[in-house]
Amino acid sequence: MTKTFTAIALVALTAGAAAAQERISIVGSSTVFPFSTTVAEHFGKATDFATPVVESTGSGGGLRLFCAGIEADTPDITNASRRIKASEVARCAENGVTDITEVKIGYDGIVLANSVEAVQFDLSLRDIFLALAANVPDGNGGTMPNPYETWAEVNPALPAIRIEVMGPPPTSGTRDAFAELAMEGGCKTFDWIADLKKEDKSAYKALCHTLREDGAYVEAGENDNLIVQKLAANPDALGIFGYSFLEQNADLVQGSIVGGVAPEFEAIAAGDYPVSRSLYFYVKNAHVGEVPGIAEFIAEFSNEDTWGEFGYLAEKGLIPMGEAERAQFAEDAASLTPLSLD
Amino acid sequence: MTNLFTTATGHLRARHRAEWRFRWLGRLAIVFSLGFLLIMLVSIISLGKGALSRTEIQLSIDLSAASTLEDVDLKKTVRTALFTTFPEVIERSDKRALLKLLSADSSYELARMIEDNPALLGQEPVLWFTASDDIDMYEKGAIDANLPENRRRLKDTTLGWVRALESHDALRSVFNTAFFTSGDSREPELAGIFSALIGSILSLIVCFTLSFPLGIMAALSLEEFSKKSRWSDFIEVNINNLAAVPSIVFGLLGMAIFLNVFGLPRSSPLVGGMVLALMTLPTIIIASRAALRSVPPSIREAALAMGATRVQTTFHHVLPLAMPGMLTGAIVGMARALGETAPLIMIGMVAFIVDVPQGFTDAATSLPVQIFLWADSPERAFLEKTSAAILVLLGLLVVMNIAAIVLRRKFERRY
Repeated sequence: MTKTFTAIALVALTAGAAAAQERISIVGSSTVFPFSTTVAEHFGKATDFATPVVESTGSGGGLRLFCAGIEADTPDITNASRRIKASEVARCAENGVTDITEVKIGYDGIVLANSVEAVQFDLSLRDIFLALAANVPDGNGGTMPNPYETWAEVNPALPAIRIEVMGPPPTSGTRDAFAELAMEGGCKTFDWIADLKKEDKSAYKALCHTLREDGAYVEAGENDNLIVQKLAANPDALGIFGYSFLEQNADLVQGSIVGGVAPEFEAIAAGDYPVSRSLYFYVKNAHVGEVPGIAEFIAEFSNEDTWGEFGYLAEKGLIPMGEAERAQFAEDAASLTPLSLD
Repeated sequence: MTNLFTTATGHLRARHRAEWRFRWLGRLAIVFSLGFLLIMLVSIISLGKGALSRTEIQLSIDLSAASTLEDVDLKKTVRTALFTTFPEVIERSDKRALLKLLSADSSYELARMIEDNPALLGQEPVLWFTASDDIDMYEKGAIDANLPENRRRLKDTTLGWVRALESHDALRSVFNTAFFTSGDSREPELAGIFSALIGSILSLIVCFTLSFPLGIMAALSLEEFSKKSRWSDFIEVNINNLAAVPSIVFGLLGMAIFLNVFGLPRSSPLVGGMVLALMTLPTIIIASRAALRSVPPSIREAALAMGATRVQTTFHHVLPLAMPGMLTGAIVGMARALGETAPLIMIGMVAFIVDVPQGFTDAATSLPVQIFLWADSPERAFLEKTSAAILVLLGLLVVMNIAAIVLRRKFERRY
């Protein structure tokens, strides 16, 4: 019996090895994943190339795999919900990945939302920082552990309910972006902290980016659907997630106004909404021409029907770039202009 | 005397009470666990049953001018059909919204229909097209039309069109075969489990062919041939420990060795199966050893007394008797491997795969990964897909476990 099984498997194995075909391999950010997969699917249907394989590894994990070398088994493209860092470019170069094309695909808004049953919040970045930072200014030029229990203590205009915010864990790119844009944005509204940045950058970062751990900020895991469900069940809580989840669940949750701007499509696209970030993908130029279809895939991605104002990615919740920016990036992408950071 | 007697009956009563309490606590425990199982099943089934049907929209397509498939501008044809159904829609933005009634795939759908039935060319047939996920959700009652318009996915104009279609019987609900025959998609109405299912099956085949023979050989060697020594004790402790190692560790090992050292293809069922084999190997060894131990020594002694060698004794007499137990252990191990996602993250099988894998080295994903990816998608319609995929996975597990029981019943020998 075992013999037959082994024989069948061996035959199948050899047959399988012959049938495998070369396809584009994409890794990277879980935020870009829904957009990248949508394009991959369209690309697979519209062309004769095999549908690219898209893995969700997180921005950092994706860049690490991407920069491992230029061998055929390394990924061809990596997605990122932040810009590549100088250290990552250096690591890439060390492993022979010298020519990288950067393609910005659009914007993603990070929303603070609560149940539609509750009152809509109107927050400033400073409110967000004071409510969620581990340490806050004590008013005498020093800091103290965050004493605020309710939103009203942070800002009398806000409702007197307990601060309870559900958001992503530290491994998430959304969390990084939230810390950088919302927390730091509110943090540096204090003049002395803004001055601290010049003197002691790491102390500044520690103060501005550290979230409180006394239960007011709840790490709710990477699953944004779960946060939406929890918000619907608990009208007193707020949640942090990407704009596409707000758009899909408008019957359950509403986005808070941040800095006077509501998280709406037009406001994020115009750059008025303060908590929004750019999304990118990076192409390994050495693989273009080696792996069939990369140039065509880039063309599909940078097509107006894809990332334009009325493209199919906008329907999936991507906030498109302005027309001039789109044209610029489409041109750079098509000519595979190598990235230079500065 | 009487004194002693009364205390004895008092004791007896207390002991009876204790026994009664214990029995009822035990029953309560069973009721609780069954209750939770029931709640889980009911909630998954009630959520997942929606995935078995999908909504279709009827359109009359004008193919009168075409004689081959290449003549047909597929997108335009479908678009025109929709616009002629609703001639009152003139505004550009409204036309855009109108197009969203249909699935993003409708032009490919038309191409498939023409391929299947070339007689459609030159005709003006009435055909059914898959509706978009929002329409589908509305038809299944998941979108509440009574909510204020700005909180609804479907706007008033769209609802008006849907109602118009309903009144002309141009909207129907059919069995969703695509869920079982197509691969993953970013459009919920098109997404299916087929490629994930094939990926799971391929991985399990690799896993079984590696771990079953290896596990049996290891168990035979440990149980039948090796003398009890400090070494065999050491190996035994290690195998037992290995069975309890978290599965993600095997994934890391797989990444370091199979991918980086051997250079095997990433995301392939070959590597997935090898990692799962590492994980199930200890389980199979332990089960196989137990099965071998349950074969009575008299059988071995009789065979040896008749002049058989150790190898003959083992392969002619002991192994056939232990086989049912070994198979059961292997199937239970496989069932566990089928439900694993953690080790697959590391080797790149947590991926978006549309095409059905063509072999062991082609990119593939597995059923639990598919469930995980759908559960993480923003579109509401993926909720029912997630639950339906869980049901399929549970069904497979039940089949495997029943197979284990049947095998045991059929071949088990009692002495």
